[in-house]
Amino acid sequence: MFKLSSLLFKSKSKSKNALTIIRTFNNLQPCNASTHANSRVPISRNFCTAPERDSIEYDVVIVGAGPAGLSAAIRLKQLCRENDTDLSVCVLEKGSEVGAHILSGNVFEPRALDELLPQWKQQEAPISTPVSSDKFWFLTKNRAISLPSPFDNKGNYVISLSQLVRWMGAKAEELGVEIYPGFAASEILYDSDNKVIGIGTNDMGISKDGSKKETFQRGVEVKGQITLLSEGCRGSLSEQIMKKYNLREKGGAEHQTYALGIKEVWEIDEEKHQPGAVLHTLGWPLDHKTYGGSFLYHMKDRQISLGLVVALNYQNPFMNPYEEFQKFKHHPAIKPFLEGGTVIQYGARTLNEGGFQSVPYPVFPGGAIVGCSAGFLNVPKIKGTHTAMKSGMLAAEAAFGVFNEGLDMNTYWDALRNSWIWEELYKSRNYRPAFKYGLIPGLALSGLEHYILKGRHPITLKHGKPDHEATNAAELHSPIHYPKPDGVFSFDVPTSLHRYKVAWLNF
Amino acid sequence: MKIMVTVKRVIDYAVKIRVKPDKTGVVTQNVKMSMNPFCEIALEEALRIRESGLASEVVAVSMGPSQCVDTLRTGLAMGADRGIHVEANDSMYPLFVAKILKKLVEIEKPGLLILGKQAIDDDCNQTGQMVAGLLNWPQGTFASKVVLDKEKQVATVDREVDDGIETLCLNLPAVITTDLRLNQPRYATLPNIMKAKSKPIKKFTPKELNVDIKPDLEIVEVTEPPKRKSGVLVSSVDELIEKLKHEANVI
Repeated sequence: MFKLSSLLFKSKSKSKNALTIIRTFNNLQPCNASTHANSRVPISRNFCTAPERDSIEYDVVIVGAGPAGLSAAIRLKQLCRENDTDLSVCVLEKGSEVGAHILSGNVFEPRALDELLPQWKQQEAPISTPVSSDKFWFLTKNRAISLPSPFDNKGNYVISLSQLVRWMGAKAEELGVEIYPGFAASEILYDSDNKVIGIGTNDMGISKDGSKKETFQRGVEVKGQITLLSEGCRGSLSEQIMKKYNLREKGGAEHQTYALGIKEVWEIDEEKHQPGAVLHTLGWPLDHKTYGGSFLYHMKDRQISLGLVVALNYQNPFMNPYEEFQKFKHHPAIKPFLEGGTVIQYGARTLNEGGFQSVPYPVFPGGAIVGCSAGFLNVPKIKGTHTAMKSGMLAAEAAFGVFNEGLDMNTYWDALRNSWIWEELYKSRNYRPAFKYGLIPGLALSGLEHYILKGRHPITLKHGKPDHEATNAAELHSPIHYPKPDGVFSFDVPTSLHRYKVAWLNF
Repeated sequence: MKIMVTVKRVIDYAVKIRVKPDKTGVVTQNVKMSMNPFCEIALEEALRIRESGLASEVVAVSMGPSQCVDTLRTGLAMGADRGIHVEANDSMYPLFVAKILKKLVEIEKPGLLILGKQAIDDDCNQTGQMVAGLLNWPQGTFASKVVLDKEKQVATVDREVDDGIETLCLNLPAVITTDLRLNQPRYATLPNIMKAKSKPIKKFTPKELNVDIKPDLEIVEVTEPPKRKSGVLVSSVDELIEKLKHEANVI
C-alpha cells in the first residue's frame, strides 16, 4: 500500500461544482469521478485522493453548544469531579461564538438549571427579570379580547436565551470542557461495524464554484467514544442518524411536526416598558385553520422581544408567515408598544411541536440525541429549554455510566421515561393534536384538558398529516394581499435579513 | 529575525454599532468582538515571511483588558509563536500604544514590526507612524506588497497611495502597516486552536514598562451621524441656485 500525493483536477465542464472529491484509495486505481448529480460527463481521473484529515480524539464529543449540549457537558464534568475521575469532553459549535445561533422567546422555567447549577443566582447567571404579569388575548382585526391565561409562569423569568447559553459556556469551560465555536460538524464518522465514532468538521475556504481558495483548510475528524447530538430542532446530523437507525420506528414515534418562530427585539419607550410582562395572543392575523400565536415579552433595559409562531402544517400556500408577523405588529393593541421604539434585531427559527407522540428512540450505536434534535418541547407551555437541558443532563449521566460502570447508553432512554420530562410531555400530549380539528374545537379540547382531564386518561390523539403534506393546492385558496412594509413598524425581507446578519447576542 | 505584530481586539466588523443612550461611546456589552481585520492581515504577512524562511519567530502583541487574551489566542492559533499581553483597562490611544510598543521593541529586539494600518473602531491610522517616529525606524505604510531581502537587510514595500502605488525600499529594522490587498488571512484550524492553548503569553502592565498612559484626550460626546435626507426635485435652475445658496450654503 502506498500513499499518493494529492492531486486535484478541475473539471473541464462548466458544471457548478468544479471540484470533485474522491474517496481515498490505498492502491493505484483510475477513478471514474462524478459524485454529484450536476455533472453530466463522467470524467476519468488518475491517482486521485482526498487530502487526509487530522484526527483528534475525546471521550465524549457533543455537537452543538446550546442549552442541551452544554448541560450535558457540565453534568459530565460534575460527575467526574464527584467520582474523582476525568473524561475529555469536546463541544463543537457552528456559530462564531457560543450563543451566536441561539434564538428563543424566552420565558424560562429554571427547573433544570436549579438541578444543574443550583448556585446560578450567586454565580450571576443572566436571569434577573422575573415574570411580573401574564396576559392572554384573543385578537380580531381591530380588537383584543382578554382571556384567562392558560399559563402559570410564577417562578419563571424573561430572559435572553443566547445570553444564558453564553454564561453556561463559560461555566462549562471553567469545569474543563473544551468548546470550539466556528466549527460545524458536517458529517458523521462510522467504524466498520456501522457504529458512530465521531464527526467530521467542514472544509473551509471553498469558493462559490466549489474550487479551493488560497485559504483552503481541510476539516478535521473529531472522534469520541460517545457522540451526543444537540443540534436543535431538525438538526442535520440528527435527522441522518434517525433515518439510518430507524429511530422513529424504534421508539414507536409519529412524524415530527414543526412551527416557524419569527422574532424581533425592540428597544421601546421607558413609559411603555414593564419588565417581566408576558403577553401571548391567539387569533388574528392567523385564520381558524392555522395553528399559531404571538408572544411579547418585556426583558430588561427597555427591550422587548416579540414574535409570531406559525405551525407549518398551514393549508393555504399563499400564507406567508413572515408577512403575517409584519401585519401583526400593526394591530391596534400591539402597535402602541412599538411607537417611538427602535428595532434592534431580527431572526427566525423552527421549533418542534410533536411533543410526546414524536419523540424518537434517542439512542444509537455510539451515542445519543438530546434536546430539540429529539424534540422535548412542551407545546401548551411553549417551553422547551428546561426539558432540553434536563435531557442533556440525563444523557450525561448515562454516558458517565458507560465509562464508569460499563453500562450502555440505553439507560438514557429509561432515565428519560422516568423523569419529569416524560411526565410533562405525557400530560400535555393532546393539546396540539386537538387543533387538527380547527381552532374552536382545539381551544375547547385544550380547555377540557387544562381544567379537567389534565392528561389523566388513556387517549392519545395522533397528529394530522405531516406538515409538508398538509399544504393544499393553490387553486383551493385565494392569494392573500399583504400590505407594503412601512419601514417603521414593518419591514421587507432584505432589511430584516440584514439585521439578522449582525451578531448581536440579544436573542 | 523576529517579527513583532500588534493585534487589536475590536467590535466585529459585521456588527451594527449603536451609540449608548448617555452618548459617552458605543454599546460594547454583549457585542461580538474580534481581531481587527487589518491586524489579521498583518499577522498573516508575518507568518508568510516566517514560512518562507526569512524570519525565525512571530510574536503577537495585544493591549487592553483581560479579554485581549482571546484575541492573542486566535493569533496563536493562526500560527504566531508567542503572545504578549499588556494589561490596561483604560482606553488605549495611539500615542500610548506607540510608547509601549517602543519599550517592547527594546526588550524583544524584532527586525520587523508589522501593524494593521488602522483599527476599525477608532480609524486613527496613527500608531504605526508614531512608533516609527519614536523608534526612528523607516516606515512603509498602507503596504499592498512586501518583499524582504535578507542579505541586504531591506524590505521593499509597495504602498497604496492616492495617485497609485509607491514603492519604497526600507532598511531593516522597519515598521510596516498593512492595507487590505496585501493578503488573505488564513483560517485557524481546530488542531491549531488546540495547540495554541499551550503557547506562552507573557503579561506586562504599562507601569512595569514605565509608560504613563493617562489620557490627554477626553471624549466629549459620541453621536450617530445625521440620517441621510431624501433628495428633493427642483423645478427650475433658479430654484436650484436658491437652494444651494440658502439651504446648503455652498455658494
